[in-house]
Amino acid sequence: MEEKQPVPILEMKKITKQFPGVLANEDVDLELFKGEVLALLGENGAGKSTLMNILSGLTRPDSGEIILNGKAVDIDSPRDAMHLGIGMVHQNFKLVSTMTVAENVILGLDSENFVLDMKKVGKKINEISDHYRLKVDPDAYIWQMSVGEQQRVEILKLIYRGAEVLILDEPTAVLTPQESNELNEIVKKMTKEGKSAIFITHKMDEVMNFSDWVRVLQKGKLVSVVRTRDTNPKDLANLMVGREVLFRIEKKKCNPGEVRLEVKNVSALNSKGIEALKDVSFSIRAGEILGIAGVAGNGQRELTETITGLHKVLKGHIFVEGEDMTNKAPIDLIKAGVSHIPSDRVAMGIVGDMSVASNLAMKEYRKAPLTQYGLLHPKRIFNLAKGMIELFMISTPSPNTNVKFLSGGNIQKTILAREIGACRGLLIAVYPARGLDVGATESVRKEIIAERDNGKAVLLVSEDLEELISVSDRIAVMSEGTIMGIVDTETADIESLGLMMAGVSLKESGAKGG
Amino acid sequence: MRIIFEKRNTISKKAIVLVPVASFLVSLFLTGILLVIFKTNPFKTYASMFMGAFGSWMNFTETLVKAIPLMLTGVGVGLAFRLRFWNIGAEGQLVFGGVAAAWVALYWSPFIPAWMVLPVAMAAGMIAGALWAGIPAVLKVALSVDETLVSLMLNYVAIMIAQGLYYGPWIDPDGFGFPGTKIFPQSAWLTRFSGRAHYGLFFAVIIGFIMWVVLNRTKWGFELKMIGRNPRAASVMGVKIGRNIIIALLVSGSISGLAGVFEVTAISHRLQQGLSMGYGYTAIIVAWMAQLNPVASLFVAVLMAGLLVGGDQVQMMMGLPAAMGLVLQGMILFPMLAGSLFTDFRLKVITRKEEAAV
Repeated sequence: MEEKQPVPILEMKKITKQFPGVLANEDVDLELFKGEVLALLGENGAGKSTLMNILSGLTRPDSGEIILNGKAVDIDSPRDAMHLGIGMVHQNFKLVSTMTVAENVILGLDSENFVLDMKKVGKKINEISDHYRLKVDPDAYIWQMSVGEQQRVEILKLIYRGAEVLILDEPTAVLTPQESNELNEIVKKMTKEGKSAIFITHKMDEVMNFSDWVRVLQKGKLVSVVRTRDTNPKDLANLMVGREVLFRIEKKKCNPGEVRLEVKNVSALNSKGIEALKDVSFSIRAGEILGIAGVAGNGQRELTETITGLHKVLKGHIFVEGEDMTNKAPIDLIKAGVSHIPSDRVAMGIVGDMSVASNLAMKEYRKAPLTQYGLLHPKRIFNLAKGMIELFMISTPSPNTNVKFLSGGNIQKTILAREIGACRGLLIAVYPARGLDVGATESVRKEIIAERDNGKAVLLVSEDLEELISVSDRIAVMSEGTIMGIVDTETADIESLGLMMAGVSLKESGAKGG
Repeated sequence: MRIIFEKRNTISKKAIVLVPVASFLVSLFLTGILLVIFKTNPFKTYASMFMGAFGSWMNFTETLVKAIPLMLTGVGVGLAFRLRFWNIGAEGQLVFGGVAAAWVALYWSPFIPAWMVLPVAMAAGMIAGALWAGIPAVLKVALSVDETLVSLMLNYVAIMIAQGLYYGPWIDPDGFGFPGTKIFPQSAWLTRFSGRAHYGLFFAVIIGFIMWVVLNRTKWGFELKMIGRNPRAASVMGVKIGRNIIIALLVSGSISGLAGVFEVTAISHRLQQGLSMGYGYTAIIVAWMAQLNPVASLFVAVLMAGLLVGGDQVQMMMGLPAAMGLVLQGMILFPMLAGSLFTDFRLKVITRKEEAAV
């Protein structure tokens, strides 16, 4: 029996954590070995984030222990965790957007000197970014960065602080395939240097490529521990949801009607005053899904925000159902029947300190029956919410719970329920399935396709090419603010889309136009 | 054993009520220490403060006199605070409202029917207050100018304008140079129902309840809540942020302006020194202690007014400075601010055994 086993550098034993109405973790065990990568799998609300928040000092467990290098440790705060060499990149980044990269990196660090030597910090950042090929400008401001760039800053921050155990919560959710590969390289390089990583993901191929071990959580409990090389994506998906998951979505043939959205030669500046959209033109018909592919930060945000009235159009026109809606206020576009699932769901999609019911009513509250003679009907809002919660299977203790206490997937379902409920002609969905588990991703995609079949026009922005190919009818690829080409999904292949994303135009990439 | 703070997962309803009560008790305790240092018996002092403010009907009417402007300004600034708009200019809005009412009472009353004088004075005062609050609102919305400084500085401007008027062009020619206007004509007097307590009380209470309904049961209140808690999401949802901030501040200022109208038409019957008594600043404490709930503000205003009146009483009975009431008021704010921690966090005591287990 005395077989010599490697000793894990990190162990979590019988972790239990109770939240109001939800048992987030129940007797969960975890082991992490030096130089290895552990993948944590589970549906939304399975308790992965809670477990990692406990490890990184954000929440305390009700019971259980954490053993690091053979010693029981007490992690009271992220600071404690950092001192122990444990660092986490959260799903929603914890960066100060009005500060530069370098300032964010040293924020909260005990500095050796009273006077900050920002030059030295910048130099060290450059060294790290060269070493791991993390392209980051130390003097750039966070608010000017795309989500993908911000993630690089988060990872760099951990490396700078000497983290030995890195926790990555849905790291690839915001990345392009190329960026994901880069991240893979970074993580591999780090594990080769003796660091270890835990990461949460829903993408099966990444679990297979990235990790050495997989632990599957279901409803707060650990249901399976397997070596990655002994398993396959299908088995993992089954373990995770406890049922068969459809990876391919069945959908009817596209049957386009009249033009719902027409974007004509639109140009726009970004927050830095640089041209972010250059002469963009396309149209979407009723009953059709147009996918927008592209690396984050190539104008997708400006594009969707000009269409929803949040961003100013510099040149060109936007027509919704034939009517010129260029530079109209968001409310006018909402009234014209445009629904918007925004890219940053917590910052733009919900009001965290208001109830699930209120959040579900945030589009319909203006009209009867929710408002009559200017007075709100809380009971009607409550009942509407109850129906939507049931229909979209939003898991919440009550409609009156503040929405910020829900898991990421359930927050997204809340937004989806509201936007689909209010949608009359055009649905704009920006990264709708980002960071969602297999089950939720599937239901989000199905809802979007159902909207198409209901005769809505859909604009789907995504970085997941598989998603774009399985959901949309046509795909437009954006690079540096221009549309490189629009292809029919049936004739599209991932390679040529990837080339267009890299800035090679349609003709050169050789794909057939649509 | 160790004590740590743990973030609550839901905001405790109990804590919302308990925190103000507990912080009041803590401030009584802290002021008690101060009183002991002054070699006075804190229990006796508190008893005489209480009796001074609530001990007899007569005393209570005096408490009401001070409670009315506190109610109105408390409701007014509370509305702005809900939008995270730090309007600390209620004092100036009150004074400017008083000035406008005095203008109507002194210079318009001969030309309008007697029954219309008060309503017109009230309308003028509300418009003046709204204007005064509208300045920082427009500056903030249009140019992102910090509202805290602007609204604070405008307090001094309003006070100086008032002074300029009652020392200068509006001075009572038969007043032997005493700074103040002529007494208003009777038609501009707001009726008192008992002692100096006047019908402004009913306006204040009604406005408090109306504001509660507006904030919690109307479309507009819903939008204000969204703006206060996540302006970015609100704008995505089609709410016009700038316009709503300006409208809310106009309403906020008009309510404070009304407080000024009542001060001149019901209490002093003229514009004179002493219109600015600091109600607009105490209103900030009122609003926070009431957790920005307009109905709760009404009750907190009575409590705060009791402290002011009781403070005067202490001066007479115990030979202590009247500032004691003010000290107590200040002392309330600190435990309140510290106490708000407990609505979001709870204390967790960790015994050594548990610690070993974690």
